[in-house]
Amino acid sequence: MRPVLLSAYTMASCLGRGLEPTRAALRAGASALVPCHFETVNLPTFVGEIEGVDAQALPAGFQQFDCRNNRAAEVGLNQDGFLAAVADARLRHGATRVGVFMGTSTAGILQTELAYRRRGPDGALPPDFDYAHTHNAFSIGDYVRARLELEGPCCVVSTACSSSAKVFATASRYLEAGLIDAAVVGGVDTLCLTTLYGFNSLQLLSAQPCRPYDENRDGISIGEAAAFFLLERAQDRSAPESMALLGTGESCDAYHMSSPHPEGLGARLAMESALAAAGIGTDGIDYVNLHGTGTPSNDAAEDRAVWGLFGNRPPVNSTKGMTGHTLGAAGAVEALISVLAIAEGAVPASPGTRDIDPALRARYELDGGPRTLRRVMSNSFGFGGSNCSLVFGRLDNAA
Amino acid sequence: MNLVARIEGIGLVGPGLVDWNAAREVLAGRQPFEHKPVVFPAPEMLPAAERRRAGKCVRLALAVGIEAAGHSGRAARELVSIFTSSSGDGETMHAICEALASEDREISPTRFHNSVHNAPAGYWGIATGAMHPADSIAAFNASFAAGLLEAMVRLAQQPAQPVLLVAYDAPYPEPLQGARPLSDSFACALVLCAGPDAKGPMIRVDVSSQPANSLEDAGLEALRAGVPAARALPLLALLARESAGPATIEYLGGKSLTVDVRP
Repeated sequence: MRPVLLSAYTMASCLGRGLEPTRAALRAGASALVPCHFETVNLPTFVGEIEGVDAQALPAGFQQFDCRNNRAAEVGLNQDGFLAAVADARLRHGATRVGVFMGTSTAGILQTELAYRRRGPDGALPPDFDYAHTHNAFSIGDYVRARLELEGPCCVVSTACSSSAKVFATASRYLEAGLIDAAVVGGVDTLCLTTLYGFNSLQLLSAQPCRPYDENRDGISIGEAAAFFLLERAQDRSAPESMALLGTGESCDAYHMSSPHPEGLGARLAMESALAAAGIGTDGIDYVNLHGTGTPSNDAAEDRAVWGLFGNRPPVNSTKGMTGHTLGAAGAVEALISVLAIAEGAVPASPGTRDIDPALRARYELDGGPRTLRRVMSNSFGFGGSNCSLVFGRLDNAA
Repeated sequence: MNLVARIEGIGLVGPGLVDWNAAREVLAGRQPFEHKPVVFPAPEMLPAAERRRAGKCVRLALAVGIEAAGHSGRAARELVSIFTSSSGDGETMHAICEALASEDREISPTRFHNSVHNAPAGYWGIATGAMHPADSIAAFNASFAAGLLEAMVRLAQQPAQPVLLVAYDAPYPEPLQGARPLSDSFACALVLCAGPDAKGPMIRVDVSSQPANSLEDAGLEALRAGVPAARALPLLALLARESAGPATIEYLGGKSLTVDVRP
């Protein structure tokens, strides 16, 4: 595929609101997970919360979209000059030539969870409940498109925890087909009872901050995040040092709804297609940001796939010990962490993980540290066996 | 922009429309449209454990996908797939929200993994062994058009890689049905290919400002307007009649997709 320029990007997560605090948190390499006091949730688990989401108001005229998920989106959009960068792209290309492709797993379902506690005597939901603009999966795409005054093609990709990795692939196809000249992509998923109690029902929530690749790993910590990227064709406006999306690969496990293929076959296919799309071999990757959720079976399957493909040459690790598993936002979150790692010239740390599982063979780095990173692969795998791998690097490292 | 493909196979399940063969007779005007409750086909291709867990959306999506793949003569596992739906599995969402509003908040693990929007795509992979990329997208009332556009964009990039598009919707139970009324259940699927060996009627897709087409038959028009996946009906009617012409389908923000059909 032709490289796609990352013209602007930003992220709000438990690491901080915006790139500067995110960079500082990545340098410090500490976990930002805290004991869960979210809403009325009573579960012994840790979460990664965006600071001050509830205090974020939506602009006038957008009240129908009001919910935690869209507030988190609004937090993210207001950071790092992102609104101005999109406005500039809209002027240069025209509103109809800028697409919006957002990933989410649960959108604003919290709004429905709360509304179900306020059902009337006839069972009906309260009149102030607005399904279309909050709970519905498309609400995040609809909100971002309206908020940014864009009129290009738009959809929401909702493939569980690969959602906001796959939007990069979607947008790059639209760019390549010539339907658009730029795209806003990203992922927004926020804390809600469905995912906290849902992962609890699967016995996949850790009672500690998650410990990917640790021999005592026992589940995930759920995080929330809003991450956004502005994508454009590389030839349009770029310098050799500009960050770019170099390859995307997607596959399905065709195995089970909530367990990965035990040999990591689908994961390997996704990684191989991403390398092929980037036109590079395994020796072109200098760090793999793993999906690395911290459940016993996920990490074992991913390790088989990564070790099978890369051997133990490139350093790999998971940053979910810092951010938690941000579910439908994880693809965009870890895309951003990958890009910051390249810019910084450093492999991030893996806080939480102490004793690497000796049964896992890939070259897992606990502490990270300075390294020349030409290209980084980011993995995102989800329920339903949905896999997506992305390759990032500076434009002058495009094959 | 030159989004062109051939339609190699079609699948359909709707009220009184048990499959594409039945629907074709109705859409071509050879048989009257009689509204009968939707029959949700058993997902025979799934292993027993998964078959029991499959909800309405999974049943609809698998049935139309298998039917379209069968008509195309292509192996299901060789298709890239795109699943599109406005709301996903409403019964599962309702059960989860009800449980979360209750005292113990206990939700079933199966319900939870079935609640993801890509559950039909996941079950499709399990049923067919397809390891090719599968997308699961949503665009509210524009979900069918967004899925079709996505399919055409995939084909623009890889013309010879056939794509399965599956659109499905089933109503929420109350009280969500009151907040998001869908009039019925409906699903349709197309196998599309743009390679040199592609066969079947040719379509060309453009984003336009034309108003969406409606259908003459009042019952079919109510179905089109009442279920996002059924927004495909004007296109399916042209295909049923084997007629040339444009079919215009609702997209986003007052825009449409105009699909020019050449049989």
